[in-house]
Formats: sequence, structure tokens, C-alpha cells
Amino acid sequence: METLTWTGAVGVFLNPVLGMAAALFAVTLVAQLVLGFFAPALTLQSNADGTLAARGGLLGTTETANKYLFLAVLVLALAYLIIPLVTPYGTVGIIGEMSQRFLPVWIALVVTFGASIRFKRHLGLYGKLFDSTVGMIGFGLVMFWVFTAVFVGLFDMIATHDYLSQVSGLKNKIPGVPVPEGIAGAIPHYLLGGDNLARDIFSRVVAGSTFVIAIAPLATVFAFMVGITLGLPAGYYSGRLDTILSFLANLILAFPVILLFYLLVTPEIVETGIPSYMAAFLFAFPMIFFGVLLNSRYYTQPAKRNLILVPVLGILGWLYLSIINQQGTVIDFLPTWLDLFDISILVVFVSVVFVNAPTVFRIVRGLTLDLRTRDYVAAAQTRGEGAWYIMLWEILPNARGPLIVDFCLRIGYTTILLGTLGFFGLGLSSESPDWGSTINEGRKLLLIYAHPALPPAIALLSLVLGLNLLADGLREESLKD
Amino acid sequence: MGLFILRRLGVMILTALCLTFIVFWLTNLAPNLEKLAKTQGNARMSDEAVTSYLANRGYAQPLPVKYGQWLGVLPGYVIEGSDGGLRARCAGPGESVADAATFCGILQGDWGNSTVFKDEVGSIVATRLGLTGKLMLCVMLVMVPGALILGVLAGMREGSRTDRALSTVSIISTATPEYVSGVVFISVFATATFGMNWFKGTATSAMENATFENFLLPVMTIALYGMGYIARMTRASMTEVMTAQYIRTARLKGVSFPTIVLRHALRNALIAPFTVIMLQFPWLLNGVVIVETLFNYKGFGWVLVQAAGNNDIELLLGVSVVSVFVVLITQLISDIGYVFLNPRIRIS
Repeated sequence: METLTWTGAVGVFLNPVLGMAAALFAVTLVAQLVLGFFAPALTLQSNADGTLAARGGLLGTTETANKYLFLAVLVLALAYLIIPLVTPYGTVGIIGEMSQRFLPVWIALVVTFGASIRFKRHLGLYGKLFDSTVGMIGFGLVMFWVFTAVFVGLFDMIATHDYLSQVSGLKNKIPGVPVPEGIAGAIPHYLLGGDNLARDIFSRVVAGSTFVIAIAPLATVFAFMVGITLGLPAGYYSGRLDTILSFLANLILAFPVILLFYLLVTPEIVETGIPSYMAAFLFAFPMIFFGVLLNSRYYTQPAKRNLILVPVLGILGWLYLSIINQQGTVIDFLPTWLDLFDISILVVFVSVVFVNAPTVFRIVRGLTLDLRTRDYVAAAQTRGEGAWYIMLWEILPNARGPLIVDFCLRIGYTTILLGTLGFFGLGLSSESPDWGSTINEGRKLLLIYAHPALPPAIALLSLVLGLNLLADGLREESLKD
Repeated sequence: MGLFILRRLGVMILTALCLTFIVFWLTNLAPNLEKLAKTQGNARMSDEAVTSYLANRGYAQPLPVKYGQWLGVLPGYVIEGSDGGLRARCAGPGESVADAATFCGILQGDWGNSTVFKDEVGSIVATRLGLTGKLMLCVMLVMVPGALILGVLAGMREGSRTDRALSTVSIISTATPEYVSGVVFISVFATATFGMNWFKGTATSAMENATFENFLLPVMTIALYGMGYIARMTRASMTEVMTAQYIRTARLKGVSFPTIVLRHALRNALIAPFTVIMLQFPWLLNGVVIVETLFNYKGFGWVLVQAAGNNDIELLLGVSVVSVFVVLITQLISDIGYVFLNPRIRIS
């Protein structure tokens, strides 16, 4: 087996063309930016005969050239991804083979985008996202990693090798290195090379996506539950309750995050059981939230309320007990057959929720302070609705816009936090394929071998960037109406 | 104004007391103390030996008492140990118990001794803080002007192509945490992988002699992450100002666009970014820890990691006190500065 090059046979023809197009694009882009400072802020000019013309002159020409050059670069870049799907193995280089490995993700993405754009007028805010280019790019990046996580985690599809198995002789080998005969794997190459322990970097990076995609949104949901349940009454009642809760929130926020992690996520602290008690406290909030939410709505019809509330609280309570009940920690009372799952990284999960909750609290409190003076709140108060009904069914739905945007941003921030934990080797095992730990592994030999640390870094960057762009698109679209 | 500052100061001191107490409590939990005894004494100590070791050194006292002694509001312990030795908190190594002062705590300027560096915490924190101060100064010199220019240019004409391009740049920079940009910078500019081996991948030599070659990458790594956020806030503030009535009046009077931006809009648009820059300090502290670890620059963040990783209780407490105070003081400055800069509040 030969070592794969980056672009293979396709690149012989495509590389020079793409290089030229990209260089031209860069030149016109700079020219346009410079010219833009001196040009009038017009996009359309009216002619004497009553028609409209696009901006002419030098700037107009560069803008048009820019547009077509950008399209050319885009099409050429796509060619690198599409050509390999129809050519045999080994002819299209590393990029081509990676694209082939991601085939299920491409199909899922095309289906999602096709269906969403076709029905976008019936899909509310989600549909409006497809009117904004920025939002679509962000959504695409996020969904790329979501689908990757799903296909790797549930169907075991994209990864080429076992992310833990070490192959002797492949330690720190460059991307595209062939794997010796007789080693199990979907393809006979390490696409992105081997890491310090001779494991396949490509497989580790895609396996790491399952960790982030599973933990980050869930931790953010928990942080939102805590923040909403405490922020609504703080903003609605104000007064002493608000003073105390705000003081506590500011207290946590004044803590440097890394110091907090170093204090909380150590084996000694886990031994004392503090994370378990914190979990017992923080994870109770979803139950409180849904309990109050449903009770405040249906308490006038006790029969109906009980019918809804009992199963909801039953399931949530069971999940709650399963989460906080950990074998070998201070909270370990459930019999094994009742305990659904043991989360090995409970301490990581708890500290991430703990760090995020105060910020959510402050946002919700601020929104509530603003919304409680509205007329519909006064109308509800006049109707004699309870305080919790007003908070949860009148104020909260009207605060959803900024909260959805912040939710996207916060998932990105949580991803960064999880990476930070991994980077300092806190709470995660060194075997763990998550991106932070992999970057931490790779940075130790960074000056000699750069290739092991770069793929997880770029993966993390693209996911967080996608979430930020998605939030930006959502904000723009939700402000339009 | 005076009352406002006083009240803020009161809240700040209360917060500082709460936070230091939390750190004190977490570092003085039983498993941490046991680890301390075993690393300082003997790794194979029996449980009784650990208990008597801790009792002899005053660790067995109730937590509030220990906290009071550490703070310097309660007299330091003088304990006659089970091994017959007389130990006092305030007696340093080589000093006799009789000469020791009654109070020795943070308030008296006695920060204790580091078990890792075998030195006084006060002097360690001071020297390391100086090194980090150098780093932060360079970061601020790059980040603040860069972010303000980026934000003002983007916010000057909302929705224009310049705005779109610059906003994308700032989004990308906020989405790049320090450990990602640091790794990318090192592998691109400090290794031969891409043929651009221009800078040094470690900043250890920058501690004595900072040059462009060894200091640019760490500075850029921290500056980049904070820059995007400040730029976005500046842009938002600038777009808001540009739609204000007095800007329209100025345009209708025929004032040229550059004059409007520089003379009329800029001053009011820079009020909001000021508070944001001040509130960035806690995040910068995060960045400092990551970057100093990554580039092996032995400053304050590096000490934090060393202290926390080696269970060096007194050093960790000292580091926490300093970082908590940095955060709280910047919050205070940001509050006061906002009131001071905003003419609507200042005059009324």
C-alpha cells in the first residue's frame, strides 16, 4: 500500500485551478474592501429612463467579479468532495477518502436541507432560518457534527478504525500512512495519521463528536432549567428574593472558571461527595419546572392535572434518581435494577451546569423585569391568574426569542468549557476521545508533530463557529417581524 | 456618587469574603488535608499519624477558626503537639514560638508558605503577577484598539458589505477558544509543517527578554478570543448611535461622513465597549491560564495550575484571593466608569 497524498489524482488537475481561482478571489476581495471605504453607500442607481442599474464603475465590476470568483471557488471545493463519491478507493487522496467516509452525513444533510427549504413557510422560526445565508451555513456546520455523532455513535459507520486500538509502527505517523497488513479496519490507511499512542486520529476525532453532541446540549438544557426556574421569580417579585439570588449568581460569576474547575473536579473532592450533592440539587430543577408548569395551568381541573402530572413527574423522578444515583459515591441507595444508567463523568457535567446557570439566571431575570410591565401581564393579573401561571405561561413564551438565541450561543460556550476541561485533563480519562483531551495529548509534542492536535482543534472550532453563526441567523430572522 | 461607590465597595468586600471562604473550605476538606499530610510527611503514613500530623499543625481546629486565623482576625494557634514540639502558626521556619506575632494572616500581609516552590506565597504571587502583567499589557495594546477599529468600521454603515465581512471576522474570533487558536498558531507559525517557521512556539524566554519572535503568538492567542466579543459590542453600540437624531441632524447640515463618525458618533459609541472591556478581565484570566500552560510562560496562570495540581493549599488560596480581587475591582471600575462616562447619569 502506498501512502495517500492529500488530493491524489484529482488534485493534479484541480489544485492549480483552485489555487488560481482562490488567489484571484483574494485580490478582488481586498480591492473591493478598499474601494468600499471610498464609495457612496448605494447599491442601486436610477437611470434617466426610469430603470434601475446595479452599481457600476470599478467597484461594481469588482463586486460582480468577486461574486463569480467566489462561486467558482465554491464549486471547485465541492468537486473535491463530490468526485471521490464515484471513483474507486485510493485514487482521490486523503480529502477524497474522508469525503467518502462522510457519505451518510452528506446524504442526511442534503435530505434535511431539501425538506426544510421546500416546507420553510410552514415551519415557523426554524423555516425562517433558511432565508438567511449566515443561518444556513451555521445550521449546516452544526448538523454536520450532529449527524456525524449520530452515525458514529449509533450505527458505527464513519470511523475507519477502533479509536482505542494501537497499531505498532504508526506512532506519530503523518496523514495518509498505510496500515500494516492484517489490522482490522474499514480502510487500509490512517487518513489523518497516528497519534502519540499510534491510534487513528480520524477515528478519534469523529468519535469525539459523540461526546460533545451528547453532553453540551444536555448540560445547557439543565442550566436553562435552573436559570429559568430561579430567574422568573427573581425578576417577577424583585425585592429581597431578587437581591439574594442575584448576589449568589454574581458570587459564582466572580469566580474564575478554571479555578472553580480545579477546585471541583479533583478526585479528592469527588470523594467527599460534593459533586453528588450538587447534582442532587441542580438536577431537581427540571422536575420542579415541569411540575409547576403543568400544575399552574391545570390546577383548576384536578382530575385532568393528576392524569398529566403523575406520569410526567414519575418518569422525570425516575430519570432524576438514576442520574444522581452513582455506584460508589455518597448517593448510592437505588437497587441496581432500578438504576437506569451510571454517568461516569457526572462531575464534569455538574460543574458545567453550575458555571452556566448563573448567566442564564441573569438573562431570564432581566427579560422578566422588562416583560412584567406589559399589558398582557396586567390583564392576566386582573383575571386573577396565579403568579406562577403568569411567569410560566405569559412571560416565558414572550421571552423565547432571546432565550433561543442564547441557547445556541451557550451550547457553543459549553463546548468550549468541555474542551477546557479536557485541555487540563480534568475529570476525563486520558483515553477519552473528546476533542479537548485529544488537543491536550497532541500539544505535548506540538513542536515536533503538528498533525495530531490540529484535526480536533479544527473540529471544535467548526462546531462552535456553526453554533455562533446559527445564533446570529436566528437573531436576525427573529428581529425581522 | 459617593454613596454608590461605598455601597458597591461593601458588596465587593462581602463577595470577596464569601468567595475566599468557599475556596478555603474546599481546599481544607478532609481528603485534601490527608493528601497534604501524606505529601509533606510520609506517603505511607497510618491514619493515626495523619490525624496527629494535622492536629499538631492546627488543621484540626474548626473551619471558621482556621479561616479567621488565615484572614488575620483571630490570633494564630500555638499548639503543643503530641510529639512534644511546640508549634505556632506565626512562627516561621527557624523562629522561636515566643517571638512570634499574635496575628498573622492576609490582613497582616502574611500569606503563608508554598509547599511546592518552598518560598513565601506573597513573593511568588508578586513576581508571577508581574510577568502576567507584562503579557496582559501587550494583549490590551493589541486587543482594545483592534477591537474598537473593527467594531467602529463595521457599525459605521450597518448592513454594508464591510459590515458583513468584519462581523464574520469577529464571529470567527469569538468561536476560537485559546487552546484552539494557540494550537493552530503554533503548528502553522512555529513548526515546519506549513513552511512558515517564523516564531517561537514557547514563550519561556520571553519572561526575561520579550521579543517580537517569542511573544507575538501568546499575545495574539489571548487577544483574538476577546477581540471578537468587544468588536461586536462596539458594533452594536455604533449602529445604535448612527441611527440617533443628532447624527441625522449633522448629516442634514451637510457635515461630511468622516467628520460625523469621528467627531459626533465615536465618543458616545465608546461608552458601552468600556464596560465590556472591563468585564472581559475574568475571561482574560481564563485565557491567561490556558496560554501560559500552552506556551510554558511561567506567570500567574501557570502558578494557578501548579498550585491546584499539587494541592498547595496556601499558594492556591493566595492565587484565588488575587484573582477574585482582580475580577471584583474591574467590575467596580466598570460600574463607576459607566456612571462617569455617561453624561445622562453623571449630570442628573
